[in-house]
Amino acid sequence: MRPTPPSWLKLLVPVKRTVDYAVKIRVGPKGVETKGVKHSMNPFDEIAIEEAVRLREKDKKAIEKITVVSIGPAKASEVLRTALAMGADEAIHIETAEDDVVEPLAVARTLKEIVGREQPDIVIMGKQAIDDDSSQVGGMLAGMLSWPQANFASKVDLDVAAKTVTVSREIDGGLETLKMSLPAVITTDLRLNQPRYASLPNIMKAKKKPLQKLKPSDLGADFAPRLESVNVEAPPARQGGAKVESVDEVVSKMKEAGVL
Amino acid sequence: MFSHALRRPATARTSQRCFSASSRRSADANVLCFIETKVTDKSDMVPGTLNAITAAKKIGGKVTGILIGKDEASMQPAIDKAKKLGLDSLLVRYAPALEHVLAEPTAPVLAELVKKGGYTHFAGPHSALGKNIFPRVAGLLDVQQISDVMSISAPDTFTRPVYAGNAISTVRSKDAIKLFTVRASTWEPAQEGDKEAPVDVKEAENVGPEQATWISEEIVKSERPDLSSAPIVVSGGRGVKSKDAFDSTIIPLADALGAAIGASRAAVDSGYADNSLQVGQTGKVIAPELYVAVGISGAIQHLAGMKDSKTIVAINKDPDAPIFQVADVGLVADLFEAVPDLVKKIEAAKQ
Repeated sequence: MRPTPPSWLKLLVPVKRTVDYAVKIRVGPKGVETKGVKHSMNPFDEIAIEEAVRLREKDKKAIEKITVVSIGPAKASEVLRTALAMGADEAIHIETAEDDVVEPLAVARTLKEIVGREQPDIVIMGKQAIDDDSSQVGGMLAGMLSWPQANFASKVDLDVAAKTVTVSREIDGGLETLKMSLPAVITTDLRLNQPRYASLPNIMKAKKKPLQKLKPSDLGADFAPRLESVNVEAPPARQGGAKVESVDEVVSKMKEAGVL
Repeated sequence: MFSHALRRPATARTSQRCFSASSRRSADANVLCFIETKVTDKSDMVPGTLNAITAAKKIGGKVTGILIGKDEASMQPAIDKAKKLGLDSLLVRYAPALEHVLAEPTAPVLAELVKKGGYTHFAGPHSALGKNIFPRVAGLLDVQQISDVMSISAPDTFTRPVYAGNAISTVRSKDAIKLFTVRASTWEPAQEGDKEAPVDVKEAENVGPEQATWISEEIVKSERPDLSSAPIVVSGGRGVKSKDAFDSTIIPLADALGAAIGASRAAVDSGYADNSLQVGQTGKVIAPELYVAVGISGAIQHLAGMKDSKTIVAINKDPDAPIFQVADVGLVADLFEAVPDLVKKIEAAKQ
């Protein structure tokens, strides 16, 4: 066996277990009800794994390793197994207590520790989680590491030899293209790719891939929330549902609304 | 939207607590607000900035604007506009590296200003640019940012949507610096007045390294009203079936109404419309006076982007489409017949 050439790149993909995007969530007295509700991988994180796997498929020699990492309760390991079945090589699970609230800042600080251990060349993650909708971790992490960032990527071109990555990112009104030297942080937008389904053989293989469990204390992580939750409530319901019979009625309703 | 009731001491106990908290602290509040100019016209503000200024004023203290750019000359038109927006003062910081307001050079400039200026709050629009830069500043300052703020009941208490707008969360920040981005659609835009804020123009300090190189940008040019600020929006979805059909049905209807054009994710993914026109959780979140949804079923993620519209009109041939649950006016019809008819009748009604 030849020794690993130093030009091989390592990718780190953080993933989050969230309430499934198709679930119509319910707001109870203690906030959003998450117990007994279907969870799955945050859709933007699936896109991040897909992109990591595609980068390797494009140039098999380029990528040494794809590591996925998740911070969350015991069940977050299911999401990591899904990521392994999609093509990641190994997983790290930082296991928190069931009801721990881990804010984006705490996630970013913890990921910074993981980056220190794993020494990835690219961190690629979703642009936002569909539960808290914060869209913060990528930028926070890049800032903490003083790495360049390309948020909301819709196209990623990796130049392994030059150790640069060119990213088209979605901005208001169009696209912006940036070229970054590695290491760098990329966050994925919806249009970057169409994630694959994990095949049954790959799901079976994923069970044998390494999954390392860590405790927050192993990383010196401080999860003390900076935000105190005061209240969570359902948004005011719309009085919708009124149907009309004809185009004429639509026009008269528009007149009533004062737009004609 | 200001809820003045919350600040009056005569209301319920929880409100009184908010009042005392706000009166205790707002006198010391010192708010910095990021002013974002348009990519296409650097002499003009993006609409979301004007809403962010209104939110910043709601905190109750002094509000300082911060404008970032390449050099003073190129920023002069924006300075002239920004100083009339009712700010207490306006900071202008420039450096060649800040031309495209990339996150790496810009975030350290802002973090340094916030620290040195003794600001208690740092606000900005929840635009693509705000979402790109604010988290990096938050990371540098070790602060838990609050994204997409819908209302503010005390200088430390903010309300924001979670789960695609299906729940509304109120949080109290324990950070010394409150860093937040503002949802445009729930705040009135700040108006230009006669009063002019004093302007402090300097070369930027603590400019970050230029780690990312700006290569190019492609901006979709349009004569239409801007999607995020238009009072009327006409959106097409998968039901429109093709790009040609999108152009021949949605565009004439938008023309007749003087409306901006939007699209559902399905329409964008199928190539009927540009992705900058996508309305939804992952696109633009808008709240026009009138939203006309054509051939859109009304998936959760689309509703998250438009359900705060004042009046929603839906045209769809499926009577069970979820869009009808939020529509004020729902017409079950084939859009290829109904829309041309609607265009004709709108034209007639206007005469």
